[in-house]
Parts: sequence; C-alpha cells; structure tokens
Amino acid sequence: MNSFFARKFVVQAVFIAIALILLIRLFYIQLVSDKYILSANNNVLRKVIIYPARGVILDRKEKILVQNEPVYDLMVIPHEVKQFDTLEFCKLLGLDKKGVDIRLKKAVVYSPFKSSIFEKQLSTQTYARFQERLFQFPGFFILNRTVRRYPDSTAAQFLGYIGEVNDRAIEKSNGFYHQGDYIGISGVESSYEELLRGQRGVQNVMVDAFQRPKGHYADGKYDTLAVSGERLISSLDKDLQKLGEQLMQNKVGSIVAIEPSTGEILAFVSSPGYDPNLMVGRQRGNNYMQFQNDPNKPMFIRPIQAEYPPGSIFKIINALVAQQFGLADSSTTYNCTGGYHYGGRGFMACTHVHGTLNLAQSIERSCNTYYGYTYNRMIDHAGMRPVEAYKRWRQAVANFGIGSKLNIDLPGERKGLLPTDQLYTKRWGNDTWGSGFNISLSIGQGELGITPLQMANVMAIVANRGFFYKPHLIKAIGEKKIVKEEYTKRNFAGIDAQYFNAVIEGMSGVVNKPNGTAIFSRINGIEMCGKTGTVQNPHGKNHSVFVAFAPRINPKIAIAVVVENAGFGATWSAPIASLLVEKYLTNTISRPKYYVDRLINANLLPIVPTKVNPFINPKLDSTKNIIGNKTKTKINTADE
Amino acid sequence: MNNQRSLFFNVDWMIVVTFLALCIIGWFNIHAAVYNAEKPSIFNLDTNYGKQLLFIVSALVLGFIILLLDSKFFNAISPILYGITALLLVLVLIIGRNVGGNQAWIPIGSFRLQPSEFAKFATCLLLARYLSSNNIKIQDTQTKIVSGIILLIPMGLIMLQPDAGSALTFTSLIFVLYREGLSGYFLIIEGLSILLFVLTVLYSKFYVLAGVISLAILLIYLFRKNRQSVIKIGLLLLFSICFTFSVDFAYNHVLKAHQKDRIDVILGKINDPKGLGYNLNQSKIAIGSGGLWGKGYLKGTQTKYDFVPEQSTDFIFCTIGEEWGFAGCFVVIGLYVFLLIRIIIIAERQRSSFTRIYGYGVASIIFFHFFINIGMTIGLIPVIGIPLPFISYGGSSLWSFTILLFILLKLDSNRMGII
Repeated sequence: MNSFFARKFVVQAVFIAIALILLIRLFYIQLVSDKYILSANNNVLRKVIIYPARGVILDRKEKILVQNEPVYDLMVIPHEVKQFDTLEFCKLLGLDKKGVDIRLKKAVVYSPFKSSIFEKQLSTQTYARFQERLFQFPGFFILNRTVRRYPDSTAAQFLGYIGEVNDRAIEKSNGFYHQGDYIGISGVESSYEELLRGQRGVQNVMVDAFQRPKGHYADGKYDTLAVSGERLISSLDKDLQKLGEQLMQNKVGSIVAIEPSTGEILAFVSSPGYDPNLMVGRQRGNNYMQFQNDPNKPMFIRPIQAEYPPGSIFKIINALVAQQFGLADSSTTYNCTGGYHYGGRGFMACTHVHGTLNLAQSIERSCNTYYGYTYNRMIDHAGMRPVEAYKRWRQAVANFGIGSKLNIDLPGERKGLLPTDQLYTKRWGNDTWGSGFNISLSIGQGELGITPLQMANVMAIVANRGFFYKPHLIKAIGEKKIVKEEYTKRNFAGIDAQYFNAVIEGMSGVVNKPNGTAIFSRINGIEMCGKTGTVQNPHGKNHSVFVAFAPRINPKIAIAVVVENAGFGATWSAPIASLLVEKYLTNTISRPKYYVDRLINANLLPIVPTKVNPFINPKLDSTKNIIGNKTKTKINTADE
Repeated sequence: MNNQRSLFFNVDWMIVVTFLALCIIGWFNIHAAVYNAEKPSIFNLDTNYGKQLLFIVSALVLGFIILLLDSKFFNAISPILYGITALLLVLVLIIGRNVGGNQAWIPIGSFRLQPSEFAKFATCLLLARYLSSNNIKIQDTQTKIVSGIILLIPMGLIMLQPDAGSALTFTSLIFVLYREGLSGYFLIIEGLSILLFVLTVLYSKFYVLAGVISLAILLIYLFRKNRQSVIKIGLLLLFSICFTFSVDFAYNHVLKAHQKDRIDVILGKINDPKGLGYNLNQSKIAIGSGGLWGKGYLKGTQTKYDFVPEQSTDFIFCTIGEEWGFAGCFVVIGLYVFLLIRIIIIAERQRSSFTRIYGYGVASIIFFHFFINIGMTIGLIPVIGIPLPFISYGGSSLWSFTILLFILLKLDSNRMGII
C-alpha cells in the first residue's frame, strides 16, 4: 500500500463518469430522438408499386379493341455491373459502344445502387435473344411491363392513347400518380381514365444496403393488392368501324353512326386516322411528331372537332321548325323559278327551276327557293319583330343540339356555331334587320358550324321523331355492365312527332325516288331516308355531306358522312353512307365489288402546297372554327 | 490436489462470470449480425459465429492453462514476452498481410495473428515489472523516461502499420502511472489537451486563444493572493497557447485528408451522411432505431442487411443497440463497469505492487477499448477501429483480452502467497 491509495477513487470515478456519458448519449439517440427510427425505416423499407392491368376496351359485340401486351424493359443496377463482353452486348441489343456508355453513365448518375431503365421496351425477339445470355451480364435484368395493343389497329381517334403522366397531373392527382406512371391523354383512355387505371397495389419490401430485396415487411401485413382497371364495353361495332375506316382511306372527313334508340355510337371514323399501335412503344415520340406535322392532321378528331356549315341537310331542321311554329305544313307549296329574290336586289340561286313544290318535295330535290321563302316566313312574318322571331328560331334550332356541346364521353368536343341575334345587330348596327340579312341560314350556309357528331345526332332525332339519347361511346362499364343513367334519358328537340311525317317522306324520296338527289345510293330492300349536302369551302373544293337513317320504319342506324374537298354530297358521302348502312343492317354488301373498290381507292386528299410550311398554313378549313363567308349578297349555292 | 482446489477457490469468480457473460453476449450478437435465414446452422465453421465459438472455447482453455502456471513466471517472462511481441511487430511490417490499409496480420494457416493485440498484455507486464522493482519512483525523471520508452516502442511500431486505434490504446496506461504517483497535472493536461484540440478544430484558433486567455486572467484575478496558484495558471496558459497553435498547425498541415475528414465528421463540421460519415451515420441509425427494448433477437434490419459496416467486429455494439435496445446497452455497459471496478478492487487488495500495477494496466486497456469502441458507434468519438473486449468477433483480440484478464486472475489467486 502506498500513499497514492486514494487515487483509486479518481480512476473509478473516471470509469463511472465515462459509462454515464455513454448511457446518456444512448438514452438520447435511442429513446429521445425519433430521427434514427425514421432513418432506419428509410434505409430498409421500399414501397414497391404493383401496377394494375389497365382496363380492356371491347366493342359492342365484346370483341377486343384494346388489350394489354407484355413488354420487356432492360434494367440495370450500375453497382452490380461487372466487366462484360461489350461487343456481344451491343450486338444483342443493336446498340453501339457509345450508346451503351451513355446509358450506363446516365444510370450511375441516377443511382449506382438503384435500378434504372437501361433500354425501354425491347422487342420480343430481342428479349428472347438477350434472355438466354442474361447471365453473362451481371447487374442487368429484365422487367416485364404491359403496354396497350390494338389487335385491329382501328378506332385510334376514339380510343385515344396513353402516355407518361406530366408534373401538373401528378400534382393535381393528390398523390395518385407518380413519375413514370401512364395516364390516358386522349379519347376514351382519357375520359374514362379513372375507371381504366385500376388501383395500384403497394408492397412494403425490405432491402439490404445494396438494395437487394429481403422479403416483406411485417410479413406483408401492410401490403395491398393491385386491382385491375374496369372493362369497358364500347358502343362501337368493330366491323362497321373498320369498313368505315377503309372507305375513308385517302380522304379527309368523318363518319358518325348512332343507334337512335339508345344514342350509342356505332362508328366513329376520323380520317385520316393512324394506327393506334404507333402511339405505343419506342417509336411513339417520333410517330407523334410525324402525326403532328402531317398537314392532313391525323390527330385532329374530326367527328367532334371539325365544324362545317351543314349545307342542305339544314333544310330538314328548317322544315321541322317552320311546321312547329305553324308557319308551314306538309301541303305548303312554293314556286321555284330558279332562285329566291330578297331585299330588293338580293338573289339566292337554286340549282334547278323546280317549279311548284310541296314540303316533302322540297327536301327530296333540295330546293333553295323553298327554304328562302320558308325562312322569310319564320323571321319576317311570324307576327313579331324579326329580331324576336330570330331568337325564337335560334332556340328551336339549338334544341337539336346545334351550337352547344352534346357532352359526348370524349375530351375535346367542340360546340360548333349557331349565331345569336346580337351578332347580326352588331354587324348591321341596329336590330331592324330581317331574313334578307342572313338568308343563307335558310339553306345551312353562312355563320353555321356543325360537327359531324351533331349532324348524326340530328338524324337520330328525326329517326326517333323528336328526341335523342345523349350520344356516347361507352355502352357499359365493368363486369356488371353498368350503364350511366344520363344515357337512358330522352332529350326532346321540341318538335311534335307528326311534323316529321312530311320531312321523312321527303328524305325517303332523296334516296328512293327517281328525282331524289341520292338515288344512286339506294339500297335494295332497305328504305333509307337521307339528305345530301354540299358545304361551301372558300379554301378549295366543296365538302360532300350526307346524313341518313334507316330503315324508315323502326330505324336502327342514323349516320352522318362528311368527305372534305369531295364536291357533291351524292358523289362520295351518300354511297359511303349507304354501304355502311347496308353492312350494319344486313351484314352484307349487295353492291358490286368495283363500286366498293372505287370508293375505297379514291384519293381525295387535298393537294398540299409544298412551297409553304404545311403546319403554319393548312389547307384544311375544317381544322379551324369556321365563321362562314362574310359576304352576304354573293352566296354561291351549289346544291343539287 | 489440495493445491488445485485452493487455486480455483481463490480465483475471483465474479470476474470469471462477467467474462463469460460478455463472451456469450458477443457470440449471440455475432450470430445475429451475420445471421442468414436461409442457412441457419449454428455451428458452421465457415461463419463468423462458428469460428467465434471456437475462439471462445480455445480462450477458455488458454485461461485454464494460465491458471495452472506459476504466478512468478509472468513477472520473470515479461521482458522476453515484450521482446517477442516487439519482434513480431517488426515482422508484421515485413511479411504481414495488408487488410483494409493496415498491415497488421500475420497469416498462420486459415487464421490470422494480430501481434498488436498481444503487445497490450506484454507491455502491461513489462511496465508492472519495471515500476514494481526496487528503488523505482515514478516521480524520478529517469523512471518517467523509461516508462515512456516501454510504452512508445510498441506504439511506434503499431503506428507504422498504420493502426492509430491500437497505438492509442497505450495512452490509456497513463492511469497506471497516475495511480503510481504521476502528478495529477498529467491527467489534467491530457483532459485539457483533448478539450483544446476539439475546440481548435471546431472553431478558429483565435477564438480559442481569446477564451483561454480571458479565463486565465479571471482565474489569476481570483487567486491573486496565492502566488503558487498564479504561477500554475500561468504555466497552464502557456501550455494551452502552444498546444492550440500546434494543433492548428498539425490539423491543417500534417494530418492526411482522410484523417482530417474523420475528425471533421465526428465534430459535425461535415454533414455528408452518404459519404465520409456513412459508417458512423448508419451505426447511429442502427442503435437509435432500437428504442427501449430493441427489435428482438435476429430481428435487426440495419445490421442484418449490411447497412452497418464491420458489424461483427468493430461495430458489434450496433447489433446490441438495435436488437436489444437501451435495456441491452445498459446491461452491457453495466457489465463493463462492474468488471472495471472489480479489477480495481482486486488490484488494490494486492500486497504485490507488480500485481497491482498490472491490474491497473488491465483495467486501463479494457476501459480504453470499451469507451472508444462504444463512443465511436454512437458518434462521440472519431471512427477508430478497435474491438469491443470479449464481444467483438476475432480470435486475436479475444485471446489477448483473455490472457490479459486471466494473468490478473492467476496473480490474484496467489495474493496470499509470498511476494
């Protein structure tokens, strides 16, 4: 024992003090701060999203229009990549050395430890070849995903396409979408996005320091399953759609066919169209740019976005409205001397000198003079000031769904144009104008814009004698085939049923009587009622329009066909419509093959001027809102 | 026979039990750290825990053999042991295997021998022998110099590997010198140095100097009537100023970048969880996520999934912290404190100053490892790679700590015998 015995207390005190410091520190990091628990979860837990299969879209006979097909993304985890045979690798994937280096570098920049896409959507052949050699390339693996596939390459405009979600949509979705998710961008894919997308599943996977999965957290207690998107049964008839697309090839225009008794759209052709499969896969971006730059605008959804002055088909509406107002009836006759004189020196020419015509005959032969008089009565001789009378007339026309959206289940619908009285009051400086100031409305020219969908819907109203169901493209949703309630409600056009008799008689005559404007489109055994129209096109050749429904008794189909720059309605639109109607009603085509071939092979694409940039100055007026021709006195009607 | 019984009767069983408890805790946590659910076999010699079991058994045999040896043997053999380890330390620099930048291992078959581990007890023994010899007083300058040389030879050789952690271990033997009469100022100066070092690295040296000078002026004013105190304060102030300047110089001009980085990370100068501070940060996350009771045996995710590096050796405490929580840490720290206090008590009850000095050496070395290792895992101390005694995986360290401890037990069991 020496004199420094007491120093043992100092040493022991130091030991205990240090132990206490360690314990205090442990107390803080283990019990006080929760930062470390959060970081630990961050380290270990990974939410793995299980993508649901997107809903399949079927046609009305439940044949597949869109389905999902597996594709293979080549993924890479740079950290796990070892020396490999670059030459072999390049050969398998069809890449060059530089491309491989750039991709690897990009992946490293993203994260050396996390997987990132090395090459998107390998073709099945590449995948098969690569899969065999995969073991030679550690760090690479294949990830299966699904893409949309369109087995018949049909109905692109109707189905729309999907694409990666953008930042704004991510923000708006309240956390539903994440970077890299797919979302419907146009067509049904967009309007039914919430049904088609399904419900994502989440797996809480534990990973180790090298991001290798190590099983499910808490034995999968917090995991959820993916729920597939709903199956949609569309109203389209695939065969009819395909025939329509075939007939419209190399032409610019639309076909809309509606089942009058339901409002279901049977055909929805926008031409030129494109193969929807081109909007999927690795070439999507290039194809998209090509479509955007195509002067014929294949991405433009003509049935709901192209607005035309309806031309002579508008006479049907004027005939019905005049009867409803009590200003005309089936026996009202006017004498056509080859034109209609108005307001002193104004003259609206007719195609022929028709002589004395009644209402049915006026439709059958499409007499402009008759409608000049009829419109004059409705506006100037209605027992009220012409401005008031115009307002009443406008409302009656609007009831046909003209000048407003029909709210079809597709994005991008345009409402068209039905001018208000203010437009004319403003134009003429006062409200003392009369029918002479907008007489072209009597024959569907002038400041009118009607979409092909609206035309077809007018036909549905006539076929139903006074009402329509909201036109729609999706007939039933899901396995239970739920039908939206709004599609079962009748919308009345405000015309009493009896007034349709004379109009329908006249429309039947158009197709079936020797004097009818579309007699060459008569279908054996089916009484189709139709009306031709020729839309004035200040930019080029006139547009050919034909609307119809069939059969006359108990109609099954109402149709509108517009072929741009094709001239008379009877020349192109009426035959196309008649073929579609026959096909739909009888499932056969009785016309000879050369007749069909002539329609299919006709190339009516407008000549695209090469000297100007085609996208800046497109020749097609239908892609713009038409405000009609501004000249009032010089109306060059070209109706048959 | 009678001799044998008295031998084991005299052994301090409290220490043996604590030693066994730490070994077993170590084994279970090594098992947890490298546990693989797909290959759950326990006695697989390919795995760390399988090998560790072998190390524990062989360490027990080694301990038993030590207890059978004559206690005078250790005093006598200490210069030879010291010489052998010094030779081995030279040898390892020539033929050693370089692992992780440190040339610290001599390969023998499938195992690797780490001479720096054995240098610890050899140095302790020689220091005890020297200080306990007749006419030696620590107050003498010559004694201080010889003691310093005994410590500096292994320290220097280990520094050359370079293994700063193991080399620094020998500084803990200042407790031995203190107990034997070294002025308390050395302890104070050591503590002051650490404080100044940290402050100088953290803040500008001018702030530190300003603080030190104003504190000194205040103290001098308070003790102005006691001339001796004023002189002492003045000397301490001088030391502080010189030390601060040399630290600043060393830190900015002498230290290598990675050493500087390690210090910067620990002092919070660099906040870079994915880079330099990765080990430390992951280690804190693992321990911190344990909570009060831990995640349960084999349920730790941070350690098991390789987020924590060196998890069965230097960072074994992470597994304890994560799977057993604060409660487990408390028990382990409690065991160490009990062991250290017990060793001090044993040292103090010796009649032989050799045994007492050696006992203090044992306590100092175990304490240093315990403090540095745990302090490192919870971010109190820069990352210095030294094992946690009896718990960390590794044969050399387990054997050397066992030898260290069992020599003391043997010496203690003979305390009633002739000096």
